[in-house]
Amino acid sequence: MSPEKLARMANQIATFFHSKPHDEAVTGVAEHINNFWEPRMRAQLFDMLANDNEKFDPLVREAESRIRAVN
Amino acid sequence: MRLIQETDFGTPASRSEKTVTLTIDGFEVTVPEGTSVMRASAEAGIKVPKLCATDMVDAFGSCRLCLVEIEGRNGTPSSCTTPVADGMVVHTQTGKLKDIRRGVMELYISDHPLDCLTCAANGDCELQDMAGAVGLRDVRYGYEGDNHVTARQSDQPNMRWMPKDESNPYFTYDPSKCIVCSRCVRACEEVQGTFALTIEGRGFDSRVSPGMHEDFLASECVSCGACVQACPTATLTEKSIIEIGQPEHSVVTTCAYCGVGCSFKAEMRGEELVRMMPYKDGKANRGHSCVKGRFAYGYANHKDRILNPMIRETIDQPWREVSWEEAMSFTATRMRGLQETYGKDSIGVITSSRCTNEETFLVQKLARAVFRNNNTDTCARVCHSPTGYGLGQAFGTSAGTQDFDSVEHTDVVIVIGANPTDGHPVFGSRLKKRLREGAKLIVIDPRRIDLVRSPHIAAAHHLPLKPGTNVAVLTSLAHVIVTEGLMDEAFIRERCDWDEFQDYAEFVADPRHSPEETEAITGVPAKELRAAARLFATGGNGAVYYGLGITEHSQGSTAVMALANLAMMTGNIGRNGVGVNPLRGQNNVQGSCDMGSFPHELPGYRHVKLPEVRAIFESLWGVEIDSEPGLRIPNMLDAAVDGTFKGIYIQGEDILQSDPDTHHVSAGLAAMECVIVHDLFLNETANYAHVFLPGSTFLEKDGTFTNAERRINRVRKVMSPKNGYADWEVTQLLANAMGANWNYTHPSQVMDEIAATTPSFAGVTYDLLEEKGSVQWPCNEAHPEGSPIMHVDGFVRGKGKFIVTEYVATDERTGPRFPLLLTTGRILSQYNVGAQTRRTANVAWHDEDRLEIHPHDAEQRGIRDGDYVRLASRAGETSLRALITDRVAPGVVYTTFHHPGTQANVITTDYSDWATNCPEYKVTAVQVTPSNGPTEWQVEYEEQARQARRILQAEPAE
Repeated sequence: MSPEKLARMANQIATFFHSKPHDEAVTGVAEHINNFWEPRMRAQLFDMLANDNEKFDPLVREAESRIRAVN
Repeated sequence: MRLIQETDFGTPASRSEKTVTLTIDGFEVTVPEGTSVMRASAEAGIKVPKLCATDMVDAFGSCRLCLVEIEGRNGTPSSCTTPVADGMVVHTQTGKLKDIRRGVMELYISDHPLDCLTCAANGDCELQDMAGAVGLRDVRYGYEGDNHVTARQSDQPNMRWMPKDESNPYFTYDPSKCIVCSRCVRACEEVQGTFALTIEGRGFDSRVSPGMHEDFLASECVSCGACVQACPTATLTEKSIIEIGQPEHSVVTTCAYCGVGCSFKAEMRGEELVRMMPYKDGKANRGHSCVKGRFAYGYANHKDRILNPMIRETIDQPWREVSWEEAMSFTATRMRGLQETYGKDSIGVITSSRCTNEETFLVQKLARAVFRNNNTDTCARVCHSPTGYGLGQAFGTSAGTQDFDSVEHTDVVIVIGANPTDGHPVFGSRLKKRLREGAKLIVIDPRRIDLVRSPHIAAAHHLPLKPGTNVAVLTSLAHVIVTEGLMDEAFIRERCDWDEFQDYAEFVADPRHSPEETEAITGVPAKELRAAARLFATGGNGAVYYGLGITEHSQGSTAVMALANLAMMTGNIGRNGVGVNPLRGQNNVQGSCDMGSFPHELPGYRHVKLPEVRAIFESLWGVEIDSEPGLRIPNMLDAAVDGTFKGIYIQGEDILQSDPDTHHVSAGLAAMECVIVHDLFLNETANYAHVFLPGSTFLEKDGTFTNAERRINRVRKVMSPKNGYADWEVTQLLANAMGANWNYTHPSQVMDEIAATTPSFAGVTYDLLEEKGSVQWPCNEAHPEGSPIMHVDGFVRGKGKFIVTEYVATDERTGPRFPLLLTTGRILSQYNVGAQTRRTANVAWHDEDRLEIHPHDAEQRGIRDGDYVRLASRAGETSLRALITDRVAPGVVYTTFHHPGTQANVITTDYSDWATNCPEYKVTAVQVTPSNGPTEWQVEYEEQARQARRILQAEPAE
């Protein structure tokens, strides 16, 4: 999918979790992505986080390590 | 098989718990206090003659046929208007009564045509029955006098005679046969709540009149059919009865239109459907119907229906009709080939919210057990997926909390983002009935929907918010309730997580959520909002009913959580008359979600990541189930454009017309190598299909639908599938062509599999449904007869969860290029993409989508009512005709999406709900300008569709 759309979707999730305490928010973002994003979408996310991470909300960047890797 | 005829008790049942015992014709009868003598007699099996009484409306006492004698009382009171009393002794048949009744009937018949043999009601006429019951043998008055029967009288035109009104496409009004019992007028008032009919004139001049002496079609009549059902003669008669004759057997089944899920008797002659009659024992509709379920079934026989499978190599070729075997072998080879070339995750399915639970279960099973991936989704993605997520988070289960009967006990109703009188008409009528009894109404909607003000209904508060600001308004309502101390603290302490509530209360109490602050964003006057909040918190039983105006937003899931918060903080959960009630769009949206249509969860809302859940299905199906979530519909289309998603099996859904951002959908479909459309018609999506599998209608198969109140209702086959197979059989053919070894011979076996694997359905069997009529899940060991109301003793998740709902403005904003906000909705006579209703006479009411625009915005742009206008957003542009109205506020425009020519979704964007990807249909920034006609895209699309629908004529046999 277009990088802009993927980044927007990730950032929308982060926006919701901003109203939670920090650690809960980071876990919340990661869990939401783990639960609902198909591996192709997570692969693209990892790819963009590696190359273009200023597109993302800081919460998404922090959540990266808790997002399940794609085989 | 027989014709099901429910007993008409003459007057409605009394709800009193106190009983009264009386004697009728020597029999002792015990009935609830407040019951009429007529009803008490009927319950004892004694039929008192009657004409103006029927138990769908209150007693009226006008026909003077149901008179009885009561010992110790003077005269001959009408039994319909006389309540029972303890010790009363009633005689329903005495010499005096016989004389009076015969005299009354003689008068009726003296002004009634004597064409019984050729009359459409012959065999189903209460007047005829009563003439027989009272022993009428002679009419002494003759027929020459003043009458309403003959067009000419003594060689002069008879000014009292009125011609038949045939304007309504489904029924006729023949005034010459009317006995002015006013049952139709009262049904229109009391049952439907439209007040379209009246009795004009007095005495012998009295006539039933739609509106101000208009014809039915031109009047306010919404063609619900209640008056036709109520009519005891042939005055109001279905045209199908006139054409075919009286039915000889009937079968109870469930309507396949909206999520109300009305029960109907399909009345048949052989395999021909004569008419659909609402079923009195149907617990969702209680004997009422709307124009769609009652009359709009003609699509089943429409000439556009495709009855043979068709294939083509590429979508620029014409279709080629083939045998089922060839179609299945072509499809299976292609789909397996795609998996070999592009990987097992390159194909998927879309299940249908219009098909049965059993069919949906099999389609998702096809993905998980045969394709071996979780690429399954359903059209709930684009409507109520935020309900699933939001209510799941707050309460622990993804469903509405009440049954529809609950509304009869509600004191304050919030209707937000829903238009029940159009979208869910039978529930709308039930709600209006309660409002007429005094319940208060709060409407939160950008548009002035009918409920805001219609005959005998007025909302206490209408909060006309700016589209996209639901969360700000709901959080503001919570702010008022919390800061003014109106919450139900005892309920919260007992039923919810108190610490979470403290955090939440701190959040909402912040002055930035006060109505005075949010007014600038939402456009809702602070004073009105405060008053509405106070009313909801303090007005007694409070219930929330909502629709897609809540879910189809960037913050759809957040808004659902905000509604759950409101219900919990006011203690409005877990009993009759309260609750959070999603009004589901399609007949089986609830069921398709329950059946594991979503890519991340197996049936019963259990995530695929859970090994213990996968194990249940793995052991039964003998395959390993993927633990990764699959693609959702928008993600499938994105992956298709990226080249990694290549094949899809779509059952009963038209994503090209119904899904947002048409350009993107068509690009995704065009990029696929095997698109299988399984439908009744060559829908818009089929323009991009390689395989067309003909579908069957709800009349042609067995199964179950689950409505918005979690009610599992039987769908029963009343005729053979015209295409040869029920839809579940087609899916089984496809699965087996791809190597599965399924051997279902009846949908009840699929239900058994659902019950064996899904705890909330554990107790459901076809035998139980036969016995109970219907059950509401959860239906299991703990709730053997189902659950009308949920969360009675505690929330499914344990403690109710308050979730902080921060308002975030959507990225879709107005600006100089696109200064107006477009929002979309439905109209009563049409349904969803219109594939069914456009192929019925319902087009008489709505044959094109119109753009509603406020006079101020129209004038600024030089637009007149009826002008063609160009509607453009950053996604695309289309054109349609304008309808100038102050129902929409300045700055807001509105349209329906029932007609493919309009292409309303060319305009909508790819923005979506943060949690579920449910598209943001309800907010699009647009510009409206005058135009001369269809846009270039519409012209091109029309041509492309015409090309794509060509079917090669089969070569003649040698």
